[in-house]
Amino acid sequence: MAYDLSFAKEVYKKSEMGHWIKMCMQCGVCAGSCPLRAHWQHSPRQLFQMVRAGKKDEVLKSSDMWMCTSCYNCIARCPRNLPITHIIHGLARYAETQGKVDPTQPTRRFAVEVFWENIVSTGRVGEAMLTMRLYFQDGIGAGIQRGLEMKDSALGMLKTRRLNPIPFRGKIKGYDGFKKMLAKAAELEVKLENKA
Amino acid sequence: MKEYTFFPGCSSEHNASAANMENSIQSMCRILGIKLNEIDDWNCCSASIGYAGGGQLPRMAMSARNFALAQKQRGNTDLVATCAACWLAMRETNERLEHEPDVKGAINTALGEAGLSYDGHIRTRHFVEVLIEDIGWEALKSKVTKPLKGLKVAGYVGCQTNRPFGVCGDSFENPLYLDRMIEATGATAVPFPMKVACCGGALMFSETEKSCVLTKQILQSAVDNGAEVIITPCPVCQLNLEVYQGMINKNLGTNFNIPILYYAQLFVLAWGGSWQDAALHQQVVAAEPLRRFA
Repeated sequence: MAYDLSFAKEVYKKSEMGHWIKMCMQCGVCAGSCPLRAHWQHSPRQLFQMVRAGKKDEVLKSSDMWMCTSCYNCIARCPRNLPITHIIHGLARYAETQGKVDPTQPTRRFAVEVFWENIVSTGRVGEAMLTMRLYFQDGIGAGIQRGLEMKDSALGMLKTRRLNPIPFRGKIKGYDGFKKMLAKAAELEVKLENKA
Repeated sequence: MKEYTFFPGCSSEHNASAANMENSIQSMCRILGIKLNEIDDWNCCSASIGYAGGGQLPRMAMSARNFALAQKQRGNTDLVATCAACWLAMRETNERLEHEPDVKGAINTALGEAGLSYDGHIRTRHFVEVLIEDIGWEALKSKVTKPLKGLKVAGYVGCQTNRPFGVCGDSFENPLYLDRMIEATGATAVPFPMKVACCGGALMFSETEKSCVLTKQILQSAVDNGAEVIITPCPVCQLNLEVYQGMINKNLGTNFNIPILYYAQLFVLAWGGSWQDAALHQQVVAAEPLRRFA
């Protein structure tokens, strides 16, 4: 049976730091170093081999990459100095751009629909709005329940002046330029991918 | 007076979650004669989780806009961050701008849309590096007027000041800078095997149950080793360890009530600053073990 290298080539070219996957020697130190390793179906080592074996859908539809906490332990320990954290982020992002991710994947929903949306709407994180959006993303009932679970913490944060009671915040002064800059960067991202 | 360009980051804003870090660091600066000149109109660094919505260039453009503003307003003065994630995002962006001409070109095209440009050459530093490298251990110790004698502290380094770049040549597996800071205030650094374990980071928001297990193990290790308080340099670590204690106690059958502080808060108190100066009134889990030094 011949290997189909088309997916591997696609990842090497288009996914952030994807070309480093070629260098993986399958030792598994990354797998043992991950704080959420118990919750991965496939470790980074296995995902990298799946990329090389052409298992496109299994990789891109996987929930595994979304378990990354950005602790950088895998980078620090990889004997071949692969930027594993960034490769994993890259695969998650690539899966997102290809529309392959389960829309209910909780970290994808938080990162893409809540966090990114939050920062690009004003230029800075609005923590109160971020928390509200997150809590209420599954409707009012679920939001109230989650809010009640964290009620004491939220009151504590308000009392110690570490949470703004007003969830709306203003935009940065240079917001128009900021938005244009991000749009241009997104446009150039596609070109950069194809050139790599 | 030492001056630096300053990127506070979103959590250090007024009424934001790390306001206690910001307030205590500013108190430290007053005592040390450091002036942090905030970048006017800075934006979010895009944080660790920004990769998913932003990809590479938009994410890096966010740090690059801050560099461009810093250069325009303050020249190539060292740019200092106090937040671990902000510092990491800046370091990563700076490194890629330096080594990848394609990236630098594309980023400058994007910056052009905002009427800005960045030609490199700004050093991005963490405030901890400033303290150790520019101020020095001896000076940090010599300011102590009220040694925190007998206070048992767990130095929780966490991830992002430690990996992948590290602080001042410390090792990844057993960094010592935080323990040395504890000792510099006259307190005792307890053995702490979980000092570089991950608290869950931003996944505390999306994978709360899984992250609470990680945080629980860190808290447990500190308590088991006799710590009265935990200190950290990272706003996400601080928040996760502090405000989820109630939920962890409820769901995982523990009974934690341990204050989670920033290193700056210990220094300010040991240097004779007030409870307010050290922003100790801004703790959700009250800093009771420090009362005896106030």
